Amino acid sequence: MPHVLVVYTDDEPGVLTRVASLFRRRGFNIHSLTVGPTERPRQSRMTVVVDAEEATVRLAVEHLKKQVSVLEVQQLGDRPKVVRDLALIRVAAGLEVRSEVLQLAQVFRANVVDIAGDSLAIECTGGPDKIDALVDALRPFGILELGRTGAVAMARGPRASPEVPRRAPTPAPSNQAMSV
Amino acid sequence: MSKAGTHTGAQLIWECLTREGVTTVFGYPGGAILPAYDAMVDFSIRHVLVRHEQSAVHMADGYARASGRVGVVVATSGPGATNLVTGLATAMMDSTPMVAITGQVGSGVLGTDAFQEVDITGITLPVTKHNYLVTRAADIVPVLREAFAVAKSGRPGPVLVDITKDAQQGRADLDWEAAEPIRHLRHLPPPLDSEALARALELIRHAKRPIILAGHGIQMSGARAEVLTLAERADIPFALTLLGLGAVPATHPLSLGMMGMHGEAWVNKAIQEADLLLAFGMRFDDRVTGKLKEYAPHAKKIHIDIDASELGKNVPVDVAIAGDLLTVLRALLPDIPVADRSKWLKQIRGWRGDSAVRDIKNLPDDGHLYAAHVMHDLWRLTGGNAVVVTDVGQHQMWEAQYYHHDAERSLITSGGAGTMGFALPAAIGAKLARPEAEVWVVAGDGGFQMTFAELMTAVQEGVKVNIAIINNGFLGMVRQWQALFYEGRYAATPILSPDFVKLAGAFGIHGQRVDTRADLASAVAAARAVEGTALIEFRVEQEDSVYPMVPAGAALHEMIRRPSSQVGASAIAETGSDPV
Repeated sequence: MPHVLVVYTDDEPGVLTRVASLFRRRGFNIHSLTVGPTERPRQSRMTVVVDAEEATVRLAVEHLKKQVSVLEVQQLGDRPKVVRDLALIRVAAGLEVRSEVLQLAQVFRANVVDIAGDSLAIECTGGPDKIDALVDALRPFGILELGRTGAVAMARGPRASPEVPRRAPTPAPSNQAMSV
Repeated sequence: MSKAGTHTGAQLIWECLTREGVTTVFGYPGGAILPAYDAMVDFSIRHVLVRHEQSAVHMADGYARASGRVGVVVATSGPGATNLVTGLATAMMDSTPMVAITGQVGSGVLGTDAFQEVDITGITLPVTKHNYLVTRAADIVPVLREAFAVAKSGRPGPVLVDITKDAQQGRADLDWEAAEPIRHLRHLPPPLDSEALARALELIRHAKRPIILAGHGIQMSGARAEVLTLAERADIPFALTLLGLGAVPATHPLSLGMMGMHGEAWVNKAIQEADLLLAFGMRFDDRVTGKLKEYAPHAKKIHIDIDASELGKNVPVDVAIAGDLLTVLRALLPDIPVADRSKWLKQIRGWRGDSAVRDIKNLPDDGHLYAAHVMHDLWRLTGGNAVVVTDVGQHQMWEAQYYHHDAERSLITSGGAGTMGFALPAAIGAKLARPEAEVWVVAGDGGFQMTFAELMTAVQEGVKVNIAIINNGFLGMVRQWQALFYEGRYAATPILSPDFVKLAGAFGIHGQRVDTRADLASAVAAARAVEGTALIEFRVEQEDSVYPMVPAGAALHEMIRRPSSQVGASAIAETGSDPV
């Protein structure tokens, strides 16, 4: 069953490798992993969707917490949350079916971002289920190219208080040279 | 910026080590680390030149395990750095605090496959607690300070710091205070969970057949006195892991000895019959549990470990407490009731049954030299006071069975990784950490041949270690598995050795050969008496096996007992010889 983890890390080279390597060598199955900047300077935020049993996910969280570069791990679990994925889909859409494709896109509140001779590129944002559904709906027309970002997630309600007291930021020798 | 600064990066490295209290480092110079070596001359830190970088890590490991201080290694880039990998993995598995410093090619050519460039931070990522690539002199002090803090804090482990040549040659100010590390404080154990403590106390109060599983963490936490107080007050016997040997005294009346694959049958039987296991600073390794599904089926389990990722990893537990053992036990002790569990202790003693008769050390001297005899006699002759550093294999298990360790840090062995070649270099490190201690290497003929070049390091450094080579002409433990599980097909296990006495001569050290038990005591006395390193080759029974043994994947109670060939026929008749 997919579990959603939100991981705050120092923004420094190699953190992604550390987290990916940890999941690989401990045999935790990553469904998706996204990373980007945050509300805090010099910190990154990862959303990791893990396909595993509850007990395994707990171990994954404990392993993440041992990483020097990891500040905070939230296990969203059953908490109400927003999970969003973005997909770019190029679908075959000759003149005879184009209006049908456009209609479908509208139903899914997806945008057309490019029109080529016989194809359309559609951008769609939403929960993974919604995107799966759109992809399924477009498949009969012929999907020529598909790219997805993987999930970005956030708990609903007030900002969850960090599990560890926040300390002053790292003395950060230099953000480029610190860690690999 | 690189022109300003009070120090060169190279000087900053040694300033840091000095301020961290480092007095000895183990290493091997080379191109990319040359600036650091050049600066070293002006500092009063002892450098031990090894013959292979792998040995430098094992020496630092032995040094750290013998003393509790952080071991420090220095090596150059490329092959110098890759040679550290086995040693780092060994230290990682056994939680040794260590800092390894490697030189790296200049930052301008990083990633170009420059001469002696390897991505050592990439390579060592899974075998270090953390690692760093430093490309600027100004980063050296904060990174090294953090490296020491990370190596020591929580569950200790090795940290690697890779420093480019230009960072060593550049200049920066020494601002010690500003470089105070904090990131290692991010993941301290959570405050003690009083509800978990209460449940633990409840389980202890109601237990009829409890056993303490005593691990390496006792020693690292400094919780020996607290463990003993708890054991004595609640009348709970303790069984030890391999790395736990010495953490609590072997000759204590409540000590059961080692558990697991080569533990005594009655110890494992007691664990299988227990109704409560108190796991203190151990991690339920497969060598300890045997088949997990059938492990201690009647027992509730309390697991205390500083590493929360170990809790529930292998064995589901009833009460999991993440924390420093000393802190946890201090919180528990006031509420531990005095108890009398003499009935349980008597039951365990009953299971010893014929074990003492089967015990190989009680065999009459039939002219053959058994490794078990060597260990037993070595224990007797050294008064049990030596620091013994073992290699990996049969001799390691015999040592664990027959050398009774009472003192903490008196057994140094590669437990988790099982690294052959560990013993001699680790012993040199241990002796340098504790010059007053009598240090013995116990190694097999196979493992000793992996790193014996370090004999010259011992000579050059004026280090005295005593070496017992248990020579059976085989890679004995592998041969034993072949005999038991591979129909006796001895693929690649017979091994020739050089004439060890002549070898000792070539290194200019004392060497002696022992073929019979009668000659053992005088040889040991002679080795202890000579000033420098001394080597004794014990020519032991060739196809002897370590028993008892839980085959890999079998349950703890499914042991292979010592075979009847090792037991007098009358003894079998007397006891009925029921396999436990």
